[in-house]
Amino acid sequence: MSKNEEDIIVCRCEDITLGEIRKVIREGATTLDEVKRITRAGMGPCQGRTCRLLVAGEIANYLGKPVSEILQSSYRPPFKPVKMGDLAQIHEGNGDCCDCDSEEEGVNS
Amino acid sequence: MKKTEVAIVGAGPAGICAALEAASYGVEVTLIDRGEAPGGQLVKQTHKFFGWHEKSAGTRGIIIAQDLAKKAKEDPNIYFLGSTEALGYYQDDGVLLVETPDGIKGIKPERLVIAAGASEKMLLFPGNDLPGVYGAGAVQTLMNVYGVRPGQNVLMIGSGNIGLIVSYQLVQAGVHVEAVVEGLPQIGGYAVHASKIRRLGIPILTRHSIKEAYGGRYVEGAVIWEIDDNWQGIPGTEQDLKVDVVCLAVGLSPLCEFLWQAGAEMSYIPALGGFVPIYDENMETTLKGVYVAGDVASIEEASTAMAEGYLAGLAAAHSLGKVPEDEFKSKKQAYATELEQLRAGPTSEKIVSGLSVLREQIGKRVSL
Repeated sequence: MSKNEEDIIVCRCEDITLGEIRKVIREGATTLDEVKRITRAGMGPCQGRTCRLLVAGEIANYLGKPVSEILQSSYRPPFKPVKMGDLAQIHEGNGDCCDCDSEEEGVNS
Repeated sequence: MKKTEVAIVGAGPAGICAALEAASYGVEVTLIDRGEAPGGQLVKQTHKFFGWHEKSAGTRGIIIAQDLAKKAKEDPNIYFLGSTEALGYYQDDGVLLVETPDGIKGIKPERLVIAAGASEKMLLFPGNDLPGVYGAGAVQTLMNVYGVRPGQNVLMIGSGNIGLIVSYQLVQAGVHVEAVVEGLPQIGGYAVHASKIRRLGIPILTRHSIKEAYGGRYVEGAVIWEIDDNWQGIPGTEQDLKVDVVCLAVGLSPLCEFLWQAGAEMSYIPALGGFVPIYDENMETTLKGVYVAGDVASIEEASTAMAEGYLAGLAAAHSLGKVPEDEFKSKKQAYATELEQLRAGPTSEKIVSGLSVLREQIGKRVSL
């Protein structure tokens, strides 16, 4: 259990603490992407749904800026972790990939 | 690849209503949801709703959900794709990527309605990682969907409608609610909900916050304290509460990943819940053919989500040439009036002001 403020878990997926987040912010990471790349906060199963706002709030506090001015991280698909096998299936063309235009292979079938 | 006229992401109140409206004009709709069945968060709302149409006022959320789900199921133009999560949207190719139980698939919709809802906000305090710290939505799911009590004694954080309603539902389930704490100087939710809580003898402590939760393997207690104007705790005002559950009802955040990723213009409007897409009076975002409805557009009630859903469904069907011009105008006006009426009360002032800020933001791009 986190007993001190610095030990509070900010990113539950990757077990990143408030202390770790604040340290990298002090060291110059002032965008969500920078904090994410250094600490992995926001790179777990929930992809930052829980911690994104908390990290943005910490950066905003440190810089004395409103949250609206903190640069959001880039969003790229897939929005949630997916199995490598599922991705491979698309690549191999066995699945219902984005390139094939077969009407029969649709999700309806 | 499956082609569809309208794909709708999220089968909660907003998504289902968008589907029903579009389908009523013969539009072929694919309704996608992570859950096995449509209904979204409405399925766990055991309380009665206020003003929504003449037919649903006074109806419990779960009944509204069952009614909407039944209509969607019976509609031959609606294809429901359950246990499926949307993974991304490629605007250039018009491809929606989804993960179904049978693997990852692509869907090519002519129009897209994003009704993905919202996620619960988290609060930072020592001990927030202990078992027994729940989001209010999780507590509702446990109790109202699975019939499981989350614990014996609950500290509720947040006095918005969710915090108040879940507190009441906890008492209905035989769970003791020690207190409801609220950081603001006033109660956030409707007076009618707050009064019900107070009549049960549960104190609602404004200008209070949680200092910490403590315990060995799970929550054994929590310390609350008064806070000052800068939301800082005031030493000496601590109260130790013997609770085994800390329930967080500290707000919702719109699930906008889709819109960010696809390149929709976004705007940070705290009154609407944070970053929201900019959309016009047809609920269409700055991405042509991509509409929003419900909590993605602004954190509000199921009643407004349904009205927005109907509006988005109507506009999407109209843009496909399926709705006669006169009918479009009159129905659009009717839904707009309905939304206005739903937002007429003093508790909706924040939303109304947020929406006017949103309208002013059109064209001012928040870029990545």
